[in-house]
Amino acid sequence: MTSAAPHAARDQGALDPVDSTPAVDTVGPVGSVDSVDRAAATPGHPQPYRELGLKDDEYARIREILGRRPTDAELAMYSVMWSEHCSYKSSKVHLRYFGETTTAAMRTRMLAGIGENAGVVEIGDGWAVTFKIESHNHPSFVEPYQGAATGVGGIVRDIMAMGARPIAVADPLRFGPADAPDTARVLPGVVAGIGGYGNCLGLPNIGGELVFDPSYIGNPLVNALCVGAMRVEDLHLAFASGTGNKIILFGARTGLDGIGGVSVLASDTFSDDELGTGRKKLPSVQVGDPFTEKVLIECCLELFAADLVVGIQDLGGAGLSCATSELASAGDGGMRVELDAVPLRAAGMTPAEILSSESQERMCAVVRPEHVDAFLAVCRRWDVLATVIGEVTDGDRLTVTWHGETVVDVPPRTVAHDGPVYRRPVARSESQDALVADDPERLPRPAAPSELRAEILRMAASPNLCSRAWVTDQYDRYVRGNTAGAQPADAGVVRVDESTGRGIAVATDCNARFVALDPYAGTQLALGEAYRNVATSGAVPQAVTNCLNFGSPEDPHVMWQFAEAVRGLADGCAALGIPVTGGNVSFYNQTGATAILPTPVVGVLGVLDDVTRRVPSGFARDGDAVLLLGTTRDELGGSEWAHVAHAHLGGRPPAVDLAAEQRLARLLAEAAGERLLTGVHDLSDGGLAQALVEACLVGGRGAAVTLPPLLDPFVALFSESAGRVLVTVDPADADAVDARAQQAGVPVERLGTTGGPALDIATVGVLDLDELRAAWESTLPTLFDGIPSLRDRAGEADP
Amino acid sequence: MRIGVITFPGSLDDIDAVRAVRLAGGEPVTLWHADRDLHRVDAVVVPGGFSYGDYLRAGAIAARAPIMDEVVTAAGRGLPVLGICNGFQILCEAGLLPGALTRNVGLHFICRDLRLRVESTATAWTGGFTPDQEITVPLKSGEGRYVADDTTLARLEAEGRVVFRYVGRAPNGAMGGIAGIASENGRVVGLMPHPEHAVDPLTGPSADGLGLFTSLLTAAATR
Repeated sequence: MTSAAPHAARDQGALDPVDSTPAVDTVGPVGSVDSVDRAAATPGHPQPYRELGLKDDEYARIREILGRRPTDAELAMYSVMWSEHCSYKSSKVHLRYFGETTTAAMRTRMLAGIGENAGVVEIGDGWAVTFKIESHNHPSFVEPYQGAATGVGGIVRDIMAMGARPIAVADPLRFGPADAPDTARVLPGVVAGIGGYGNCLGLPNIGGELVFDPSYIGNPLVNALCVGAMRVEDLHLAFASGTGNKIILFGARTGLDGIGGVSVLASDTFSDDELGTGRKKLPSVQVGDPFTEKVLIECCLELFAADLVVGIQDLGGAGLSCATSELASAGDGGMRVELDAVPLRAAGMTPAEILSSESQERMCAVVRPEHVDAFLAVCRRWDVLATVIGEVTDGDRLTVTWHGETVVDVPPRTVAHDGPVYRRPVARSESQDALVADDPERLPRPAAPSELRAEILRMAASPNLCSRAWVTDQYDRYVRGNTAGAQPADAGVVRVDESTGRGIAVATDCNARFVALDPYAGTQLALGEAYRNVATSGAVPQAVTNCLNFGSPEDPHVMWQFAEAVRGLADGCAALGIPVTGGNVSFYNQTGATAILPTPVVGVLGVLDDVTRRVPSGFARDGDAVLLLGTTRDELGGSEWAHVAHAHLGGRPPAVDLAAEQRLARLLAEAAGERLLTGVHDLSDGGLAQALVEACLVGGRGAAVTLPPLLDPFVALFSESAGRVLVTVDPADADAVDARAQQAGVPVERLGTTGGPALDIATVGVLDLDELRAAWESTLPTLFDGIPSLRDRAGEADP
Repeated sequence: MRIGVITFPGSLDDIDAVRAVRLAGGEPVTLWHADRDLHRVDAVVVPGGFSYGDYLRAGAIAARAPIMDEVVTAAGRGLPVLGICNGFQILCEAGLLPGALTRNVGLHFICRDLRLRVESTATAWTGGFTPDQEITVPLKSGEGRYVADDTTLARLEAEGRVVFRYVGRAPNGAMGGIAGIASENGRVVGLMPHPEHAVDPLTGPSADGLGLFTSLLTAAATR
């Protein structure tokens, strides 16, 4: 263990330049530092701004802001903060629409929204929850385990930075074809990384998605969601105010990992990195240490509880550059930072590297001077390294010094917020017409009972529909003892308050094929599905977050998809009356020159006044009546059936009817509140057939059902019309629920009764549960362990 | 009855253990790894998690924490001790229980609801179960495969110190299907599955796990 005490004591003194003692011997002769003075004196000094991703006009703008050329350190800060990832420069003009469409009524429960580390909503009884999804796509492709692990770590720190205790995580994942060799490289590493980090942090993993599609083969999507809970009065926002307040960096040391592009600056300063300074080139993907993060969580919560923190910010993308410039620009003064005080774990780091390092498990706090000792004492108790690295000043500049020289002197807003804004060309490609015209009507459909029966089995075993247990069994869903629902349930349910039973439900969804066919409608379908999944648990949907994964913003068609998706989501949220509280944009997701399917993952959070009223998602009891709620139409464009049976993508996605979704959700919440529902399962990918299979297998019992009489059996089984769920009710309540549904304007169809060892579908056939289970459960173990199953059901608990 | 629950840096299921003690009717007392004081507790739970990140070997560093000196000494005097998952690993590393826990066969972390058979009711923590009773509790571990040399295994079996056994094949490849064992005097018990996660059907697969905690409390009340 590293002991924090000696460092803390010494580093406090480091604020005084005379006593400053660098944590690690720094190499390089005095004068090699590219200081502000030197920059002013050498205006013609060539700088590698293009290698850092800055355009000519952006570099010119920086020179204009500063009235001189930037120093290396300033160039590093601007280049990383003005990157697409940090500045949202291509998406900003579109994202504004979220704010424009959020009404005052939708804001009533929102305590913090877009622009903060994560959105915060009030859920009652004095509780607030915060949630957010972020992408870690590219690192996870390069180094699956660490890329995915640090994705979890980063989103958890975002939640901590709001003052909340993280209470659950979930991971929407997308990979290339399930049987592709590169999927076998990436997927097991990603899953192990999420498990390895999240399990060690002690956060239950309650859901997520697993989708395979050829478009992700060279660009998997690894999105990570975290939910946190706090008392309303404990909300902490990221800002630095109060002249004289101290800036404390705490957590892990700062190293050379995750420096990425900024390393080109080092080559200007050092002629021979490897030999001359003992530095090693490290991979650009950061390396996570979940134990450090777990301790950091407990330490942060103790600091919050003792009210020792004025403002707090996590160190994620862009590291200290981001944390200092964002804290300073959100506050009412300036900030002075002394880089010599930053504890390093590598020798010979340059100021630019220290500012850009994305070393994990670090936080930055603003602390009143009189609280510094108490702050450091809490950190010592948790063996967390904490160092005063600067203070809030009464000016309006962010200054950073190194070896007594000023290496950064900038207006912080120009770094954090006044980045470039692009209006990228937006154009719907003509290829879209051909895609939409390619109607799935022409595809041969199974019709004979034996064909339909075989299709149900084939679908159940297909990679996108089969059991996710191979993945979710590697995640701890029990830790903290508040998980009232997790995969394979439609939504994860977590109790927030043990005394009142108040809790939350969360689900993420996106059928990217629907989005490809119609980005506006497809994104609303994703919203509708996540909203419905939350409602199936009995919760009332309250807030929306998103992770918008798209191809290159330089492709006008991709920008059209993006703009339509944003518009669809914002309009959809307005229709449902729930706000978007935050989100994340990930561009440049391409396999070669081909963009991924547009994948706006939508997360919906709902509230349960009492989690004991949550409804399970399988057939939980024998003898219950099985009801289908919602309208089924012949809608197979973008469906899983078209994908599995014909590798087809074309036509139109299912119709969107958000008013119907709202009626359905209200009905479910009311019925769940009165404990009328014994089970609810959403109909989505794979349609009614798959919903029946899952409800049987998850519940551990069969059912005898008759398909709706007015529909073609194939359409009844495999259509993916939106706004539908299966519910089970006690037979004595069936009439009441039926009547209530009719009254609510939700179509009802009685399908049959639960029980027995098989799924018996009249006129189609009998599917023995053992046969179904073998089909459903063996796909992923066979693909990723090379054997059908390591499981021995004899010892497993009945579901 | 005061039951201590130790928190090491990296402990995760300490709050679950505290809740289980409370639901069973005991008085939970939180204990800190760096203290040398058991605060007059009548029993100790060493909870699950990744103490010290499980760096070096699972449980190896925690076994050398100051509080564990006190636990080992008190266990020598008959203090009931329950080690769950990482706690079991720590008790093995501390020498209170024989054998070791190694990487699961199949190499994956496994989180699954499993059935266990109670093989011994002659311990401080299982007196309330009936012999051969089957209980359902979650297993969640990456290094849960119990191993020991043949002599130790034979002795554990002969002395009736195998306390819990997996029903069916052990998913982690544990020798003899062993899920939990006891010390010679039956006062110290360690198991890989998590009884503290099975105390309420709302948040776990059953309430069977509560039986370990009520066993201890009932025995104390009737003594």
